Amino acid sequence: MKIAVCVSHVPDTATKIKIGADEKMIDPAGVVYIINPYDEFAVEESLKTKEKFGGEVIAVSVGNDNSKETIRKSLAMGVDRGILLKCDRALDSYGIAKALSEELKNYVPDIIFMGKQSVDYDDAIVGQLTSEMLGISCITNVIELKIDGQKITAEREIEGGKEVVESELPIIITTQKGLNEPRYASLKGIMAAKKKEIAEKQVGDFSNLTEVLKIKKPAEKQPGRIVGTDASAVPELVRLLHEEAKVI
Amino acid sequence: MPKYIIAILEQRENKLKKISFEVISFSKSLSEKLGLEAAAIVIGDEIDNISEINNYGISKVFHFKNKLLSNYSVSAYSDIITEFVKQLDVEYLVLGDTSLGKDLAPRIAARIKAGCVMDIVNINLSEETPIFTRPIYAGKALVDMKFNSDIKVVTIRPNVFKGQKIDNPNTLNIDSKEIQNPNLKTRVIEIKKAEGKLDVAEADIIVSGGRGLKGPENFSLVENLADVLGAAVGASRAAVDAGWRSHRDQVGQTGKTVSPSLYIACGISGAIQHLAGMSSSKYIVAINKDKDAPIFSIADYGIVGDLFEILPALTEEIKKINS
Repeated sequence: MKIAVCVSHVPDTATKIKIGADEKMIDPAGVVYIINPYDEFAVEESLKTKEKFGGEVIAVSVGNDNSKETIRKSLAMGVDRGILLKCDRALDSYGIAKALSEELKNYVPDIIFMGKQSVDYDDAIVGQLTSEMLGISCITNVIELKIDGQKITAEREIEGGKEVVESELPIIITTQKGLNEPRYASLKGIMAAKKKEIAEKQVGDFSNLTEVLKIKKPAEKQPGRIVGTDASAVPELVRLLHEEAKVI
Repeated sequence: MPKYIIAILEQRENKLKKISFEVISFSKSLSEKLGLEAAAIVIGDEIDNISEINNYGISKVFHFKNKLLSNYSVSAYSDIITEFVKQLDVEYLVLGDTSLGKDLAPRIAARIKAGCVMDIVNINLSEETPIFTRPIYAGKALVDMKFNSDIKVVTIRPNVFKGQKIDNPNTLNIDSKEIQNPNLKTRVIEIKKAEGKLDVAEADIIVSGGRGLKGPENFSLVENLADVLGAAVGASRAAVDAGWRSHRDQVGQTGKTVSPSLYIACGISGAIQHLAGMSSSKYIVAINKDKDAPIFSIADYGIVGDLFEILPALTEEIKKINS
């Protein structure tokens, strides 16, 4: 089976966001970058799929040179080889999907995994856009997956429950927490990853369909009042919620 | 002829969801400000509450019908909507930022070369071109965006733009069309409901528990309080990673980002990832025994104390108000 996994290099979720001087990007000073947490489920699922059906897994990332760290991390977990689609300018999700689909249409994967969203821009649409550009199916937000011949049965998380979805290969699966437990890279895996190939290609000249005008911090919430220090404060708290905030 | 703004409505089990009325009110309001013609689309079998649509300001609805389309099918829904949109002069498509809207919006957008701005929480019409604001980094920052495409697809965050009934609605005009042989390549075959529980993504009140509860069995204190408030139960990442609660309850950067009217954090210290996911709640109550817990820095009301005493007392006190 030909398997691809798309990975994204993002600020650690513990990052305190500072707005950059141009107000279009965050200030990268002191920010620790990691593999997008949702992509770890994608890497794990791609490896499990290869273990079951054989074949090859390639990792693809769109980004600058630093994204190689994240590709390398997926190689250490067991991915066979990597491709960095180099791009130093900011792309919107449409541009990223365009870059991925231009590359992946040559590889023709049976199945592509990627996180349901990256934890930086939180758009959660790259998988769907890429599937349209490649003309293949897509199931998002997947927490359980079965592959049986060409047939795919997946469970996806929805409000108040789960949907069981049927579709067929070739397909893009976007992964949600709960799908699996991502493996740790072994020492052997980390050593082996150093020898694995990461091909570099330049991203074409796509124009974005949306444009960032300004990034800003949300209004700081002022700390409120401490109503009390034990259960005797409860009636006053309820009164405030009922009469002042009017939310109960 | 004015261009169209199309509200794409969402139904489950033949009933329009609350978000659909938010999408209608939002589209109606934008249509008036931009001089557009507003209409709605709904796909599914018979829709029980379809007659509610005009009460929120849109009186033209296109209903694409087939029994097989009661459940969501991304392949069929995107075919039908794309086909429809191509016949009209459309400027905006509006959906809710729900599991369905997030899945569907980009599929349509890609086919009609429309840009997508997802999960918007604000719109500014005072500049030359409309500016849409959406949270990024789970709400640690906001971004102002504009479109470079002719057709524009936006999804609105649930609970932010309220569904508002209007006075003297026009008569509802339903244009119903039976869909032959829908493309069911990708389709929902079953919905497994989480037993009778409200989802944090949809709830107006959330009561969340964290490590301070000391164990999964003590979540009953949170559940009891949630019950009397008609609230959903949420959890911190620590409680989820410890296996006390399912991931679907997790609020924060690798869980759900929520904006309820009231968020009650019980035994949650307030890690940055958690605060990112809930700080846009309208009112926040924190109950924690550590007075220096970061959660108090964003709480409107706090009680510094033992939640094992406070939660049962709070549940009883709210029962009094209810009765």
